[in-house]
Amino acid sequence: MTTNAVWKARRDRFEQTVLPHLNAAYNLARWLTGNEQDAEDVVQESYLRALRSFDTFQSGRDSRGWLLKVVRNTCYTWLRENRGKTVTQFQESGQEPQSTYADPETELIEKANSDLVRHAIEALNIEYREVLILRELEGLSYKEIAHILEVPLGTVMSRLSRGRKELQLRLFESTREAKT
Amino acid sequence: MSCQDARELLDAYLDGELDLVRSLEVETHVKGCDRCCLARDEYDVLQHSLKKHGVYFNAPKGLEQRIRSRLRSDKDSQRKHLIPSTFPNWRPVSIAASIAALIVASAIFFGTLLRPSSTNVLAQQVVSSHIRSLMADHLTDVASSDQHTVKPWFSGKLDFAPVVKDLAAQGFPLTGGRLDYLDNRRVAALLYKRHQHTINLFLWPTSQADSEPETLAIKGYNLVHWTQSGMTYWAISDVNASELRDFVRKQRQ
Repeated sequence: MTTNAVWKARRDRFEQTVLPHLNAAYNLARWLTGNEQDAEDVVQESYLRALRSFDTFQSGRDSRGWLLKVVRNTCYTWLRENRGKTVTQFQESGQEPQSTYADPETELIEKANSDLVRHAIEALNIEYREVLILRELEGLSYKEIAHILEVPLGTVMSRLSRGRKELQLRLFESTREAKT
Repeated sequence: MSCQDARELLDAYLDGELDLVRSLEVETHVKGCDRCCLARDEYDVLQHSLKKHGVYFNAPKGLEQRIRSRLRSDKDSQRKHLIPSTFPNWRPVSIAASIAALIVASAIFFGTLLRPSSTNVLAQQVVSSHIRSLMADHLTDVASSDQHTVKPWFSGKLDFAPVVKDLAAQGFPLTGGRLDYLDNRRVAALLYKRHQHTINLFLWPTSQADSEPETLAIKGYNLVHWTQSGMTYWAISDVNASELRDFVRKQRQ
């Protein structure tokens, strides 16, 4: 086989393995960067990076998780370069957001519309946002998320729990504002 | 379990990420606690509104094509890939390659002679999985003693729908389920109790023909293996062999 053919075979294998996860890659990048154009750029860049390190990917392993890890890292690099100060290192605060705990509020959340839901997610701290996206929209297990984020399982559990509480609060507040 | 502890574990419990023992503890607490019931309702509402409002962003049309063409013109990864072929001195490489090939060939040859039968290898895997499950510290268990909770829990996690039977009336109550990995694939593991003993029942689809139950004993555990209607089953426990066969008979009914 010529080198060129070897190269092509490798690229084909890469495309078959990783391109099926394009929606997952885009969805994560879209939520982390906050807009369509940047998400596209980040996704393209992620695929290039992934191809260059495809040798480190072992076939039979979780290809979606592997790609999402690359996408997440590319997003963070992009955010650091383009947003500078907006990505400050996240501090795990000891303070729990207060839960809403009342039926009428739950009712309000049910009435929230798509825009409100999207804005509420966007307003979340990025560390809460990413676990929520990976869990609620991609349906990944705690273990898979822990692997992508390179954090312990317990951290995934607590960030997810706090992220959800904060999202509930924001939804509650924004639906109440929308009503008045 | 205190309310505080239960609250900390509530999300993991509702996500089906707790081990069986803790899961049952949280379940028991939530049933008798109004605050936790409310928190559970809030969880449901949030899940519902995330699903209902379609906040998933699909990749725009044409992005796939743009990526394909960038991958085709990416010089860096091609160059990187070319490095080994421009290696200046071939001789040591080819000698090393011949030695490596010889080692691989002999490993395959002896490996074939010495390899235990595939059923035995699988039986060993089943024993290991069973022992691991008894430690109950892994976070992938489902939480329920109800077949109507256990079965839907598997959907989306497996590429088949396992048959889940509760045999409480026959003396083998279902206590939960778990995803496991056997025979190079994801399988369903169902947990049953017999007095104080745990029975693991592993099942996954197979193309093999139906076979009658076959009993084995490994490391003090009894195993029963059979194939029925395109599914292969392995039951394992430290209950005695006749009780395990009784369990299998009830499963097969």
